[in-house]
Amino acid sequence: MSVRRSHHARPPEPPAGPLSLQRNEAPDDQQEIAITPSDSASPGGTPSAGTATPAVELRGITKRFPGVVANHDIDITVRRGTVHALMGENGAGKSTLMKILYGMQKPDEGTIAINGEQVSFATPGDAIARGIGMVHQHFMLADNLTVWENIVLGSEKLYGIGAKAKAKIREISDQYGLGVKPDALVEDLGVADRQRVEILKVLYRGARILILDEPTAVLVPQEVDALFDNLRELKAEGVTVIFISHKLHEVLSVADAISVIRRGTTVGDADPKAVTARQLAELMVGAELPSPESRDSTVTDVEMLRVEGLRIAKPDAEGVERVVLDDISLRIHKGEILGIAGVEGNGQAELVEAIMGMLSPDGGAVTLDGVDLTGARTRARREAGIGYIPEDRHRHGLLLEAPLWENRILGHVTERPNSKGALLDPAGARADTQRIVEEYDVRTPGIEVTAASLSGGNQQKLIIGREMSHRPKLLIAAHPTRGVDVGAQAQIWAQIRSAQREGLAVLLISADLDELIGLSDTIRVIYRGALVADADPATVTAEDLGTAMTGATTGNIVSDRVPSTDTADHVQAGE
Amino acid sequence: MTSPNPPAAGTAGRPRSQRFDLERIGLGLAAPVLAVLLSVIIAGTLLATSGRDPFSAFKIMWDYGTASDGQVAVLNKATVYYLAAAAAAFGFRMNLFNIGIEGQYKLAMMFAAFVGTQIDLPAFLQIPLMLIVAMFVGGLWASIAGLLKVYRGVSEVISTIMLNAIATAVIGVLLVPGILAPKTSGVTNSIQTAKISESSHFFAIETQGGTLWGFIVIAALVGVVFHFTLNRTRFGFDLRATGRSESAAKASGVNVKRMVITSIVVSGALAGLVGLPELMQNTPYFGQNVQTGLGFIGISVALLGRNSPIGIAFSALLFAFLDASGAQLPTRGDFPAEIIPVIQGTIVICVVVAYELVRRFGLKRQQQKVGAELAAQAAAAAAPKDQKEVAA
Repeated sequence: MSVRRSHHARPPEPPAGPLSLQRNEAPDDQQEIAITPSDSASPGGTPSAGTATPAVELRGITKRFPGVVANHDIDITVRRGTVHALMGENGAGKSTLMKILYGMQKPDEGTIAINGEQVSFATPGDAIARGIGMVHQHFMLADNLTVWENIVLGSEKLYGIGAKAKAKIREISDQYGLGVKPDALVEDLGVADRQRVEILKVLYRGARILILDEPTAVLVPQEVDALFDNLRELKAEGVTVIFISHKLHEVLSVADAISVIRRGTTVGDADPKAVTARQLAELMVGAELPSPESRDSTVTDVEMLRVEGLRIAKPDAEGVERVVLDDISLRIHKGEILGIAGVEGNGQAELVEAIMGMLSPDGGAVTLDGVDLTGARTRARREAGIGYIPEDRHRHGLLLEAPLWENRILGHVTERPNSKGALLDPAGARADTQRIVEEYDVRTPGIEVTAASLSGGNQQKLIIGREMSHRPKLLIAAHPTRGVDVGAQAQIWAQIRSAQREGLAVLLISADLDELIGLSDTIRVIYRGALVADADPATVTAEDLGTAMTGATTGNIVSDRVPSTDTADHVQAGE
Repeated sequence: MTSPNPPAAGTAGRPRSQRFDLERIGLGLAAPVLAVLLSVIIAGTLLATSGRDPFSAFKIMWDYGTASDGQVAVLNKATVYYLAAAAAAFGFRMNLFNIGIEGQYKLAMMFAAFVGTQIDLPAFLQIPLMLIVAMFVGGLWASIAGLLKVYRGVSEVISTIMLNAIATAVIGVLLVPGILAPKTSGVTNSIQTAKISESSHFFAIETQGGTLWGFIVIAALVGVVFHFTLNRTRFGFDLRATGRSESAAKASGVNVKRMVITSIVVSGALAGLVGLPELMQNTPYFGQNVQTGLGFIGISVALLGRNSPIGIAFSALLFAFLDASGAQLPTRGDFPAEIIPVIQGTIVICVVVAYELVRRFGLKRQQQKVGAELAAQAAAAAAPKDQKEVAA
């Protein structure tokens, strides 16, 4: 594993001056970690690589949606016959980029070249014709048909529907070692087999460039290894694989090249031979080292939230039980911000939903300010004083097509000034919305416009204003500055801090280490559903936190003496 | 950080937003008007191609609609349609498709009729009793679909359609001599309940154009309560929130399961009223020849009226006018009455498409407008904003 070998991770060029790292120029700050600043292929080539024209060349891809820039100036070069990993947190823009490459969406700017030839895709059909195939995260197979029927379906013209087609399927299966049985019924297949059918399906259609969207998300570890063996076979046969993932170790073990996307743009390429998991983590989340303001601790010893032994385990489609939250216990005091660090998908979302009462845990207790909320419904919990800034504000925080003042009511319909008794108080809600708009600097022409017409940052400010207006005892802030412009970001941080001074307890979930270290009083690291490590934000470095996020370190992280666990590559963590 | 909005935003916001609203109303009206026009054109073309003069057909309809007897008939029909549409709209407002109004109103009507035959209280007790029985039966029948959806994940579309068929069968089982029908079923061959008691008759207004059903008052009342509940109560807010985004409603603390059951029961209870005008004002018994299809008309009317209590009032009037005046076409001229379902069908198809187009257009347009206004504001406030950024 390359993780163990990378003693000389730091590139020769001098690191960019940390003082120049303002928050609004995130893309440039990564040179000290990125092995190569951008497109040029890294020197440590793999045996199978080396063809002159790259298989895929994306240049300056920009895609805008109303209110958001999903992709911005993306440059990626994928060499032929390699496994190229595309990494980034959820919402970083990976999916949009792949949809563009697969012809599902058109870029607003930028060019796509396949095998050196400039192309423009109007539909996925055009992409398929160019030899690009995509395996979606959610399989698109008809359960009641056989493997053979599923593969032939829609491509009857290629090899017919009879014996010739079946022979071709066998041939491809043997060629790449996929082990697919054409006559098996899809409903009898497990997840990993279905995935191989999906891969065969695109190969059957002549794909030489394969896009795999988070292929390991649905697999158990042994299946992941088997998949990776398949990918190596494909690579050996000259197929190019683009592999989307945010799982560090998987990427390091299978990829020949890595491109990292953050906030919609490429922040750098890395050579998996020379980069460590924690450097990748930093690259993904943007670990520009903050200057944690010297501030007086506002932490009191009054306990506000107590979570005991929270556990959620759900069986997946295969019937295998997957532990989502593994015996989580934590306490937050008045005036304390507890930050949860972790690579996304390690149980953060479930922890938040369990505390909010949206997900009922299999075990454990939640107590707020001495009141047992374990069996309480979401509304009762909100009324008891939990404010909630959801991770996905469009799905959980707003009614996009409703006016702002109705959005101000959302979540607090039982409380003043939104209602009196069982009746709504639209006048009161409107007046208070106007106040929020002014106090929280929500940029809007009025409170009758729909929430959808505001930019992400202004939507978020409205949500924060709404939650703060009910004087919560505990604020759950999940990625409060995600998708928010720089100006709004600073305001949101300031608002959380000022509420903290007034005695608010905050549970902060963030993928942004900068934000976590800068805001939190205590940091806990979540890995595979368990809180595995804790750290003092005053002394911890982003690098060490990144290591812990990969599950490599446990216990208390002390930055001066990194406990030498199985990752022996600790670089001196200087201030 | 505390710099408030430029004052312009606060004060100038209101009139601007009202302009948005006016525009939205305009857009909202454009869709149904265009849909109606388009369907009239299509119907006219159809008539013309079959060698008939569309204008004389429309004239027959118009003349009927402007005559007082026609107007009374339209109002009576519209009363029934309005109730059916209100039942459908209540479900639609939270994305529940109650296709089962048909079965709900027939069952409710049958039980109400039975109660009307068995009990003879003074009218001021008898009539509320019958209303309550009808609403209870409708709600109870609908609750089956709600429970199935919440606890078994059965789509209410499927279950309500099936419950319609089951309701027909249940009526067939119960409406036999000796159970709900009298042992001797009177002079006709068809099986029906006995006549409801005199005190079960709802009041009517005699006009020069005929008898106007007093039930129109109930329909209006339903509209007022509907509007008030949806727009002025916490329950209504929760319902609309769930309809707009179930995930957001859940995160905001709405008990979505309870909401589903409650609203489908309310929808069923409203559906229970649909058959009563006919029963209490026109045909004082429930029999096999009861009018069918009202539930489906209600769905169309609700779609055209955009599920708003005022909108469905207009669309109920339109559909009632089309039906009542269309019935005149074969008798007053050589025109097929089938042209009316053609018009109604095209209206519904066009209006569904048009509303969606208008919705997307309106959303996009508002985003652009807000963007433009904010850009203008930002330009005006450029200098102080720069300073702030440096501070951050």
